[in-house]
Amino acid sequence: MSSASDVVAPVVRVRSLTTSIGGRILVRDATFDLRPGEVLGVVGASGSGKSVLLRTIVGLVPAAAGTIEIFGDELGRSGQTDLRRFGARWGVLFQDGALFSSLTVAENIMVPLREQLHLSPALMHEIAALKIALVGLPTDTADKFPAALSGGMRKRAGLARALALDPKLLFLDEPTAGLDPIAATEFDGLVCDLKESLGLTVFMVTHDLDSLIAICDRIAVIVDQRVVIGTLAELMRNPHPWIQAYFRGPRGRAAQVAEAANG
Amino acid sequence: MAQSIEQTRDGDALVLRPRGRWVVADAQALDDRLAEIRAGAAQRVRIDLAGVEAMDTTGAWLLFRLKRGLEAGGAAVSVDHVGAELAPLLTQIEKRQASPVKPPRRGFGPIVLLAHIGFRTVELMRLTRALLAFFGEVAITFARTAAQPRRLRFTPMVAQMQRAGVSALGIVGLLSFLVGIVMTYIGAQQLKPYGAEIFTVNLLAVGFLRELGGLMAAIIIAGRSGSAFTAEIGAMVVNEEIDAMRTLGLDPIEVLVVPRILGLILTLPFLTFWADFTGLAGGAVMCRTSLDIPLTTFLVQLHGAVSLWSVFLGIIKAPFFAACIALIGCNEGLLVTRSAESVGRRTTQSVVQAIFLVIVLDALFSIFFNELGI
Repeated sequence: MSSASDVVAPVVRVRSLTTSIGGRILVRDATFDLRPGEVLGVVGASGSGKSVLLRTIVGLVPAAAGTIEIFGDELGRSGQTDLRRFGARWGVLFQDGALFSSLTVAENIMVPLREQLHLSPALMHEIAALKIALVGLPTDTADKFPAALSGGMRKRAGLARALALDPKLLFLDEPTAGLDPIAATEFDGLVCDLKESLGLTVFMVTHDLDSLIAICDRIAVIVDQRVVIGTLAELMRNPHPWIQAYFRGPRGRAAQVAEAANG
Repeated sequence: MAQSIEQTRDGDALVLRPRGRWVVADAQALDDRLAEIRAGAAQRVRIDLAGVEAMDTTGAWLLFRLKRGLEAGGAAVSVDHVGAELAPLLTQIEKRQASPVKPPRRGFGPIVLLAHIGFRTVELMRLTRALLAFFGEVAITFARTAAQPRRLRFTPMVAQMQRAGVSALGIVGLLSFLVGIVMTYIGAQQLKPYGAEIFTVNLLAVGFLRELGGLMAAIIIAGRSGSAFTAEIGAMVVNEEIDAMRTLGLDPIEVLVVPRILGLILTLPFLTFWADFTGLAGGAVMCRTSLDIPLTTFLVQLHGAVSLWSVFLGIIKAPFFAACIALIGCNEGLLVTRSAESVGRRTTQSVVQAIFLVIVLDALFSIFFNELGI
């Protein structure tokens, strides 16, 4: 870790974190920072604990050991009160959107607005419409129920809800999985623009190599229960066979060629 | 954090200088300020963003809306001093033209009520038809299973019997025991003035064996297993497991419904017998402790009061109750749509309908037995 990163307070500071689920340890002794305005991609084999790492950081799964600080506040083990405290400051997108199935898309987006702020219904509807347009959903989605949406649309609606309060910190669990390539590229563009304009910090679990290369500043790889973190170039030099296979495999190479061609 | 929008005139141009933080947390205050802006006769409007400290997507949207509103009024609008970091945000907002969503309109009270009644009536009719169709489908599957007994899923059926029957022994036994005590107590109070306490045993025996035992068991099982059937199958619908089953060539009726119905049909008669037994046991304990009727006297009186036929008449109803409960439970489960709310609503429906139909069925049996003179 360079000394420069210690000067700017990290948004998320993870120290000696051990995550486990059902008594099985997934990541051991992970230490890393999420710097302001950076997009961190998290990759790893299926079942290596990427999602559990994300869920541990946002406090849904208790950490087996170690500390997590978010915006300089330590996330305790008390759970509920912490989640209430942080709820307004971060947005979380779950793998399948995790929309409230008894509410329409617009109402889903209005849930955080209603809970955290005092806005007039008309203004809330306007903000909901804005977020729906922002994530690229058609306008008539607003009054639909999640059951009537496709998987990709549910995901975007989930992102719209995560963005409702314009949080500074965004956790995304496989945001582009299940989207068509065009929508995935648009999504990358949206995250890029939001990052630049709002100084958004993003923690993103993904398998989309295009996203990783296009928008991630650094990449965290979970291998052998450890978190290896670095820029793409640094990871390419890492001799670990899984990392090599991941970035130098046919898909990894194709994505890098495409990115190089785009400039 | 005060937002202000300074308005100055510069020839025929109106200059707006918004200040402060344009973020969602202050959106209401901003919205109120913006409502006060009037372009008037100004041909040109210049919005100078130099004083804006922070802007997020909501702020950007409000700015865009202001601009669009002014342009609609015929003014040429320019935005100055856009920070380098804000430019991509404004482009995104402008690119994704959000069209306003109107809050849903609420109708006139009586009409809403009328519409509600109509909606519920149609729904009730549809539900009845769906239940009949389901009954038919299940009957066909049963016939097919009878023709090819190997198709019966034996292990799940036994598992259902274990869960619906053996696990329910405790609660059915306890409740029947308590109801037996209460019935004996109340019956003895009423019969004591006539010196006929001993006939409490007759009251208890006829009441429990003919009616109460079966009803107790059926109602407890409707609440306990009928609801479980609906919730289980409903959750499987939500999780697309039923669809997966169909694509694998499995018939959900055969795999899920038949074992449950058959399991419950085989189980409920035993539970009814158990309820009869514990109810009478409760009565016997009460007789012994507060009516001073010893157990032997109780048994002799019981023997005279009822025949094996009464026990049989009580138990013969149980398979019909069981079929009713399981059929409704499974049907409601399959009617679940993909939302959490619908699982809850269907589960409630399942229990209410099952208990309702059990009692209606019991009444029909009473009339039937009465007509037959037994």
